[in-house]
Amino acid sequence: MADPAATLRSERIALLPLAEVGRPGGLLQGTARSIRDIWSRRELLGLLVRRELKARYKNSSLGLVWSLMRPLSQLLIYYFAVGEIIGLARAIPDFAIFVFVGLTAWTLFSEILSNATSSIIHNQGLVKKVYLPREIFPLASVGGALFNFAVQFLILLIAVLALGRFPLTLDIVYAAAAFIMLVTFATALGVLLAGLTVYFRDLEHLIEVVLAVLFWASPIVYSYTFVRDAIGGSILEQIYLANPVTIAVLGFQRGLWIAGSDPVTGIEWPPDLALRMLGIFLFSVVLLWVSQRIFSRLQGNFAQEL
Amino acid sequence: MTTSPAIVDVADVSKRFVLHQDKSLKERIVAFARSREHQQDFWALRDIDLSIETGSTVGLVGHNGSGKSTLLKIIGGIIQPTSGTVRRRGRLAALLELGAGFHPDLTGRENVYLNAAILGLTRAETDKYFDAIVDFSGIESFIDTQVKFYSSGMYVRLAFAVSVHVDPDLLLVDEVLAVGDEPFQRKCLAKIADFQREGRTIVFVSHSSDQVGQLCDRVVVLDHGQMVHDGSAADGIKALRSTFEAAHSSPARTTGADGALTSGARIDDVRVTSTSTDLSGDYLPGGDLLVEIDYTIGSVPSGWIAGIDIETPVGQGVYRINTDGLGIELPTSPGNYSLTITLGGNALGAGSYQVHASLVTPQGRDIDRRQPAASFSVSTEPGAVGVVHFRASADLHAT
Repeated sequence: MADPAATLRSERIALLPLAEVGRPGGLLQGTARSIRDIWSRRELLGLLVRRELKARYKNSSLGLVWSLMRPLSQLLIYYFAVGEIIGLARAIPDFAIFVFVGLTAWTLFSEILSNATSSIIHNQGLVKKVYLPREIFPLASVGGALFNFAVQFLILLIAVLALGRFPLTLDIVYAAAAFIMLVTFATALGVLLAGLTVYFRDLEHLIEVVLAVLFWASPIVYSYTFVRDAIGGSILEQIYLANPVTIAVLGFQRGLWIAGSDPVTGIEWPPDLALRMLGIFLFSVVLLWVSQRIFSRLQGNFAQEL
Repeated sequence: MTTSPAIVDVADVSKRFVLHQDKSLKERIVAFARSREHQQDFWALRDIDLSIETGSTVGLVGHNGSGKSTLLKIIGGIIQPTSGTVRRRGRLAALLELGAGFHPDLTGRENVYLNAAILGLTRAETDKYFDAIVDFSGIESFIDTQVKFYSSGMYVRLAFAVSVHVDPDLLLVDEVLAVGDEPFQRKCLAKIADFQREGRTIVFVSHSSDQVGQLCDRVVVLDHGQMVHDGSAADGIKALRSTFEAAHSSPARTTGADGALTSGARIDDVRVTSTSTDLSGDYLPGGDLLVEIDYTIGSVPSGWIAGIDIETPVGQGVYRINTDGLGIELPTSPGNYSLTITLGGNALGAGSYQVHASLVTPQGRDIDRRQPAASFSVSTEPGAVGVVHFRASADLHAT
């Protein structure tokens, strides 16, 4: 090999350590390595998110507007059907804002979960043919959901501004904290489910059903007051409040739906909401770590299972 | 010259696949309740040890299902071995499928960036190579068209162009070189040659022994997950041939109590001689080559054909002829025969050659085959290289 480039290359490679392919099983070491891997591919992560968003609306003339249509139509349905016809709007002040806040939080959660669950399967072409840190796929789903959330949230802000109900209170911290908590929790579940779905395809369908149930298990179209009146003080209420999505929705409402904290029209918030949020956040962080470890174990066989 | 450092080190790698019939939850529960013995295991690879040096070009060959693609995927980290370890260094690009990750709804330009990122390029690097990529693919005018409107040729060309611009130290290629039209294939092979000159390591899976003989300096032959050969390309192709033979030389023939054939046919002996040889026994051009095939017939379908193939040691086909082409009808009655095929006026170039003999049915199924059946060498006046011989001379005068 007289070629100087070849000699250079060979010398450079001789200096690199031989690294084992695949991942070490060590709990902390493995996590650190995974995080490094993913971090080094963050540019790709950005491109994958963009690919999802671009591809989704590439051939529709309205494009991005469609991602708003679903929550807006849901808002209208709940506003008229539940609010005006069933009459909940009389019991809940600023019912439109209330529903939209809840829906925004819920859409974020359900979108992360359902997209992440099928992310590995939808990207099987890549999983089978190229080595990438596979966590990238569920994370890209999270990214896509966050983008849609951002758009929806912007509309929410414009709406509350237009209605003169802009939440200029310290309680806005609740919304921010709830957002962080919800994203962590949903990501943790999403990563876990993404891995498991490869082995148990039924999960994809199961998640749809579970999400439909969970929607009604959180105070999105009805307020927490109703729950309190019905099962207040019982163990059922504790179970109800143990649902991270419920706590997140409550956090969003506390921060953004100022009529709820109004001394006259307001509702009674569950006690120690902040503490619960912190607890769930810590739980979610641990869950995220556990999920990643499980995912890391599962991903070794993805290529052959798909 | 010092020995090159290893870029890949495969140690004692085995891979077991568990064959699942169904993936539904119900099936899983049922399967879980059953004992593990009911699981069907399949060892795709067994105890593979392989160390690949920097700058070498290694061909992985074997028939379908021999585990070569699995080995490539394990080296690439796409699947993990059941036992054993793979260690690797340097930048890797795996061309297991061209255009993996291409999204049909995105334009060529967007896909180039996405695909480059998947293969590990940063955006700045992609910007730098972008023109070269588009130029190599030769589809400048369609770069802003959605790739779903591309022809399949354009698609793979763009994908290949991205892949070869990733600047890998180690390139894993899985039978993707057989794409595109001929000029593009030549371009690809030229690019591979560049890669070799630049000291990049290439590991590729191929079915084409011509390609392997041409490109590789080392061939690893796999058979049913075992490594049966690791060495030079020429020997590798021989080893590959013998695994092929083992795979399909189960000729339908039976022998009676006295050892005589009752069905099928058998090649007993194949001899090659030349009417013109030099002192060392090498054949000389211009003489006649005589290929004699002795065979025994038990029972054969009418219209069956006997033929010979002449190949170079690396498996490049040189000449092929059979009794059908010669216009000879072969008798089908049982007995011993000797068929002589005369190849008049040996025009082969210097080198050694192998002769394969085969007896096949009119439908092309093997009755019997000997591979290689005989070999010979040809000497010519020095100065020429190639598989054919001409009486070359030169004339020079000032004009």
